[in-house]
Amino acid sequence: MLYLQLFISFFKIGLFGFGGGLAILSLIQMEVESHGWMTQQEFVDIVAVSQVTPGPIGINCATYVGYTTAGIWGSVLATTAIVLPSLIIMLSICKAYFWLSNHFRGNPYFEQTLRMLRFTVIGLVAAAALLLIKPTTFIDPVSWIIFGVVAMLTIMPSVMENLKIRKAVEFLSHPILLIVLAGIAGYAIYS
Amino acid sequence: MFLQLFWTYLKIGTFTLGGGYAMLPLIQREVVDRKRWIDEEEFLNMIALAQAAPGLIAVNSAIFIGWRVGGWRGVCGAVLGAVLPSFLIILTIAMVFSDWKELPAVEAVFKGIRPAVVALIAAPLVKMAKTATKSKAESRKSKAALPLLLSLAVALLIWLGHVNPVWVILATIIVTLIVVKWKMDN
Repeated sequence: MLYLQLFISFFKIGLFGFGGGLAILSLIQMEVESHGWMTQQEFVDIVAVSQVTPGPIGINCATYVGYTTAGIWGSVLATTAIVLPSLIIMLSICKAYFWLSNHFRGNPYFEQTLRMLRFTVIGLVAAAALLLIKPTTFIDPVSWIIFGVVAMLTIMPSVMENLKIRKAVEFLSHPILLIVLAGIAGYAIYS
Repeated sequence: MFLQLFWTYLKIGTFTLGGGYAMLPLIQREVVDRKRWIDEEEFLNMIALAQAAPGLIAVNSAIFIGWRVGGWRGVCGAVLGAVLPSFLIILTIAMVFSDWKELPAVEAVFKGIRPAVVALIAAPLVKMAKTATKSKAESRKSKAALPLLLSLAVALLIWLGHVNPVWVILATIIVTLIVVKWKMDN
C-alpha cells in the first residue's frame, strides 16, 4: 500500500510539474506533508542538500523521500515514478516531432496556455517560499538577517547595470557558496 | 549508442549543480558542439519542448536527445545517465543523514542554512517576473503586468487556501483553452 501511495504521489508530481525545479517544490511539499512522509524541517534540509549536490531537485527529493519511507526499493520506485510521465509525454512529442514543429509555433491554444502557465509557475514558486516561512525554519531574528542577505545577493546580479560589478556579485551569489556561508554562520551562532 | 549516451549524460549529471537549467549549456556543448548529434536549431526546439512538457527539464531533454540519436536504447542510456548520479548521491546522504542530523553541530549548521534556502527559492522570482512580463509575446500587449495578478492569486490559493497545486495547474490550462476558444469564436 505504501509503495502504491509513493508511486501515485511521485507520478502526479512528474505529470503536473510544469516549469522545472523550483516550481515543482510546492507540489512535492504538499504531497509529502499531506502523507506525513517528511517534516517541514526535513523538507527544507533536503532542498538545501539538493542545492549543493548535482542533479535535478525532483530526483533528489524522490530518492530521499522514497528511502526514508520505504527503504532502497522505495527510493527506486519513487524515482521511477517521477520520471515515468516525462517518458510517456516526451516520447509522444518525439514521435509527433515533425508535425509539432510545423504546428505548435503560432497555434493560439498552445501559445496562450504556455504563456498563462508561465505566470502560474511564478505563483507556484512564490507559494513554495511562503509555505516555508514558519517558526521551524525562521527560529529567531538572525534567521531573517540570513534570509535578507542571501536574497539580496541573489537578486543583485539581475538588476545590476555595471558589467564589472555584476561579474563580481555573480561570483558571490553562487548558491553553493551562499549555502556554505550560511552553514558556517549557523555553526558559529547556534552551536 | 546506449553506452555513449549513458556516458555523456552521466558526465553532465555528475558535474552540474543547480538542476535542469544549469545543465542546458553543458548539454549543448556536448551534444551539439562536440558530438554533433543534433544541430543548433533542433537543440533550441528541444529546449522549448522540454520546458513546455511537464516533468524535470533535465530528464525531458535526455529523453528527446536519446530518442533522436539512438531510439529506445538511446533513451534508456540518456535517462539512466541523467538520473543515476543524483540518485546514488542522495541515497548515500539519506543513509547517513538520519544518524547525523541528531548531532548538535549538524543541527546548528542547518539552522543557519534553512532561511538561506527559503531566500534561494524566493529570490529568482524577481528575474522570473521580469522575463515573463518582458518576453516578446508580452511586449506586444500593453497590459503586461496584469497576468502577474494570476501569479499572486496562485500563490495565495496555495499558501493560505492550501489548494493542491495540481488543481491550480489544471484550472490554468482549462480556463485558458476556454478563453482562447471563446475569443476565436467571437
